[in-house]
Amino acid sequence: MTVLVIAEHDNASVKGATLNTVTAALACGGEVHVLVAGATAGAAAQAASQIAGVTKVYHADDACFAHALAENVAAQVLSIASGYTHILFAATASGKNIAPRVAAKLDVAQISDISKVDSPDTFERPIYAGNAIATVQSADAVKVITVRTTGFDPAAATGGSAPIEVIAAVSGDGKASFVGSEIAANDRPELTAAKIIVSGGRALGSEDKFNEVMIPLADKLGAAIGASRAAVDAGYAPNDWQVGQTGKIVAPQLYVAAGISGAIQHLAGMKDSKVIVAINKDPEAPIFGVADYGLEADLFEAVPALTKAL
Amino acid sequence: MKVLVPVKRVVDYNVKVRVKSDGTGVDIANVKMSMNPFDEIAVEEAVRLREKGVVTEVIAVSCGVTQCTETLRTAMAIGADRAILVETDAELQPLAVAKILKALADKEAPHLFIMGKQAIDDDSNQTGQMLAALLDWPQATFANKVEVSGDVVNVTREVDGGLETLALKLPAVITTDLRLNEPRYVTLPNIMKAKKKTVDTFKPEDLGVDVAPRLKTLKVVEPAKRSAGIKVPDVATLVDKLKNEAKVHG
Repeated sequence: MTVLVIAEHDNASVKGATLNTVTAALACGGEVHVLVAGATAGAAAQAASQIAGVTKVYHADDACFAHALAENVAAQVLSIASGYTHILFAATASGKNIAPRVAAKLDVAQISDISKVDSPDTFERPIYAGNAIATVQSADAVKVITVRTTGFDPAAATGGSAPIEVIAAVSGDGKASFVGSEIAANDRPELTAAKIIVSGGRALGSEDKFNEVMIPLADKLGAAIGASRAAVDAGYAPNDWQVGQTGKIVAPQLYVAAGISGAIQHLAGMKDSKVIVAINKDPEAPIFGVADYGLEADLFEAVPALTKAL
Repeated sequence: MKVLVPVKRVVDYNVKVRVKSDGTGVDIANVKMSMNPFDEIAVEEAVRLREKGVVTEVIAVSCGVTQCTETLRTAMAIGADRAILVETDAELQPLAVAKILKALADKEAPHLFIMGKQAIDDDSNQTGQMLAALLDWPQATFANKVEVSGDVVNVTREVDGGLETLALKLPAVITTDLRLNEPRYVTLPNIMKAKKKTVDTFKPEDLGVDVAPRLKTLKVVEPAKRSAGIKVPDVATLVDKLKNEAKVHG
């Protein structure tokens, strides 16, 4: 058995989600190899070679991988796919985008968003917004999998010394091209890797209020900022802050939910957090049903007071 | 330009499903079924493109049991021109659906598929990407904005960290995210009109597609329950609990 992990990276370093994916790969058994397909991504390949448990790194370098277009990365994965029993991606926006293309080309099912490896062919995955956990067994020769990062601890980023093999880049057919991006630059931890997340809901009432109330608390705690779907839909927070069934799945040490009622779809994205704090005016808000510490209060008073007291 | 819009019949967004006591699945008998919300956004987008004159025909497709016809009628009430039902009682997994859709693409020669990014029942998020791969078409998943100009479609996507825009040469596959549009309410006259629109029915065998499942569900259980904690009276108590009991602080 040999497992291939597709690294998610920014060409300079490997993203945290890849470390969790390596842990899932190790649980499948056998050797773990990592593919770094990037543009001038030598540093990312170096970083991948140091991940504990990885025995080989393949590095394919070409300008066509600069934006990790699904068509191009999938073609590269397929060029080295034979011989692998498992091909794993992190269940991030990028991994979800690419993995099914690989599975379809191999004519195998994909197992999405696994939260546990029971055996090399049997996996657990949440369905219905996490309201049920299915145990599924794959009959396919190759298991193409996306990994729910909150289900697996990150592998150590250092300690390994896997050899790096440079391989020929296989480019796609050029039918898709990158036009541009609006990626917000900030110094905050990544939402899915953060130890502490402060999250705001519709009760904040406006983008200005959202920022005025939530940012000081996040700054004080060194936290990432999340939001409920309602807050994102209302334009109070950008889309990539959305925590929930169809947004980001998070499991930080501390999750502070302010003005979030706690719809099933939101709970699906954060209920595996270690400690949950809920601040809400409504005593009946479902968020109190999962919170370790609930504070029934007006968030406009309680959140600034909390920021001050910490 | 012709657009195919696959729509899935799923347990309604507002229903909290219950796991069956024998662990074979979730209980969907007698619960409200609706169109997958992401698919509704897909239908809306396709209809808007037709209203702008970019698209000439919108065809809704559903795969599954006879009752999927109701889902197709909803799509036609939003504005789809006609519909195709690929009828089967078999369990359909994403790869099988992608193969059915590929067979329909060969038949109908559309320029575009617009479909939901994931279904809210199995949460797979696979079918659009699989279909694009089978057709060797480019894809833009998690669409936030769609603009067609000539034989190119520019799609702005919701990605980790923000938004990115791709240009795809048609034909192409687009999957929708939540903020692409807000689907219209269907009106009674449009529901009545939808009843007169055509639904063609096929079986997977008619299309030469083997739909045998590749994944076997061994069991379905309830997730570990998280028990409610305590209510604290004020901010000071909260800070004290966080520091001394939960041992977390910034």
